[in-house]
Amino acid sequence: MADQEMRQVFARLLEQAMEEDLRIITIDADLAKANATFSLREKFPGRALDVGIAEQNMASIAAGMTSYGFRPWIGTFCCFVSRMADQILLSVGYAGRNVKIVGTDPGITAEINGGTHMGVADVSMMRGIPEMTIYEATDAVQLQMAMPQILAYEGPMYIRLARRQVPTVWDASMKFDLWKAQILRPGKDVTIVANGIMVAEALEAAELLAAQGIEAEVIDVHTVKPLDTETVCASIRKTGAVVTCENANILGGLYSAVCEAAAQYSPARILPIGIRDRFGEVGRLPYLKETMGMTAQHIVQAALQAKEIKN
Amino acid sequence: MEATKKIELQETARAIRWGALRAISNVGSGHVGGSLSVADALAVLYFHQMRIRPEEPLWAERDRLVLSKGHAGPALYAAMARRGYFPEDWLDTLNAPGTKLPGHGDMRLLPGIDMSTGSLGQGISCAVGMALAARLTGSDSRIYTIVGDGECQEGQVWEALMYAAHSKLTNLTVLVDYNRMQISGQVADVCDPAPFAEKFSAFGFAVIEVDGHDPAEISDAIDAAKANTERPTAIILHTKKGKGVSFIEKKMAANHSMRIDSGDLRMAKKELR
Ligand SMILES: Cc1ncc(C[n+]2csc(CCOP(=O)(O)OP(=O)(O)O)c2C)c(N)n1
Repeated sequence: MADQEMRQVFARLLEQAMEEDLRIITIDADLAKANATFSLREKFPGRALDVGIAEQNMASIAAGMTSYGFRPWIGTFCCFVSRMADQILLSVGYAGRNVKIVGTDPGITAEINGGTHMGVADVSMMRGIPEMTIYEATDAVQLQMAMPQILAYEGPMYIRLARRQVPTVWDASMKFDLWKAQILRPGKDVTIVANGIMVAEALEAAELLAAQGIEAEVIDVHTVKPLDTETVCASIRKTGAVVTCENANILGGLYSAVCEAAAQYSPARILPIGIRDRFGEVGRLPYLKETMGMTAQHIVQAALQAKEIKN
Repeated sequence: MEATKKIELQETARAIRWGALRAISNVGSGHVGGSLSVADALAVLYFHQMRIRPEEPLWAERDRLVLSKGHAGPALYAAMARRGYFPEDWLDTLNAPGTKLPGHGDMRLLPGIDMSTGSLGQGISCAVGMALAARLTGSDSRIYTIVGDGECQEGQVWEALMYAAHSKLTNLTVLVDYNRMQISGQVADVCDPAPFAEKFSAFGFAVIEVDGHDPAEISDAIDAAKANTERPTAIILHTKKGKGVSFIEKKMAANHSMRIDSGDLRMAKKELR
């Protein structure tokens, strides 16, 4: 599975879900080819819709369809999820509808589509919507384990997915709990909290730190809302030094969530890695990671600094 | 339009297509189909109709163009380069790290881009704002915006049209690139915004339908828009996605975003040079 694109894996899981549950329908907004959900149309005539390039319409149509017991999954790029802000807030969120919102090409993974297509505000926007659950898949293995739990959850959820291949860090023998952060590597000196494509980067940073005799604890916070405060704060209490790593604006996303929790339960110095309140730009991933300060090296530097401040 | 002028603009449109394709081939892939379909309209606007000063791109009294279907950036850049906004070899930097030419035009990177676009449906509203502002300041400059036919599925497009007609923005001209395709296939099969002419006129626009690959027809329609003192004008450009290169045209909707390698470029060259 490691050699498969996230969108392919996702589309297959969705197909399986649609076979098993006739209430599940999908709606796209002209990006089904980009998101690999196009083939669902042939397999499930009438249950895989495309409203055209009309994201706002899509969100509220999905909310309406729940009235007859349907469980809609709607999809677009992360950048255009922000476009549905009010529709998700009211038609989906306030009305308490079981609509699954899938955003693809998160943050810098939009690469060559450039700054206009880099979702930097989607996570902050979604976190501001009461009752919204936000899950970001770390890799294909994890996504596969997450899917049954996502399907079982009856409420609005934002699912953030890379479209292409991402490094595999999970293995099928691990236990996945949608509502629990996962400690991927135990350590006592510094806590590195990460999600999405930044988890692999964080693990690489932990290796580099180990070479310097520093034991980093790496936690995968795949579900940034609701945050698993218990796991995160217990680690912070232990290490007293924290770095958060996310592929989104650090304002309002993982960094904010961890700071908010720590401020209440386990005060510490916390340093952010991620998109530092700036817009995206065009480029390939290695270039963008470097430009935005999102490489393993940057995490190492931040971890050392966090430890320094603590001491 | 004089026959020689028409031939000249046709030649310009070919050069725009070539410039766009060459730029895309440098990155390896990009929005080919929708770039090629607007080349003739861009040729007429930049080389015949718009009041602009390429050497002074921020000149206050310039006419404005908002490419609402922002993904046709490569064609816009090719037109601007040829018109002298920047050196033609900048086209080779399309989507390169640190470029001034990202696939979707960015007004903060490149003077001459009147509005940053890329999220469909927004540009036309920005053009409405410009038209309102031009009138408010007593400027006689004119505002043009190009929208995709698929883009017209966005509700915002119709909000913009409604307010433009309501406000009698005679200085605004909306050009619709009616190439009948979007990413998922035929616009008519996905969610049909047609009939454009009837809908636009019901919204209060003067509507002119033209062959979007005939510079003379496009230009005449713009002349008529300029002469209309009652209503804003919409020009429906009947176009072909991928126009000008047969193997690209044949791919139909699959040419929306496609790879262009050096072999493809050589093949295209036969028809464009
Ligand atoms: C709001 C928004 N949703 C989705 C997209 C992704 N997208 C880019 S181009 C395109 C299809 C555009 O079709 P059309 O307007 O007909 O343009 P053309 O066929 O001329 O290229 C889509 C859906 C986008 N850029 N903006």
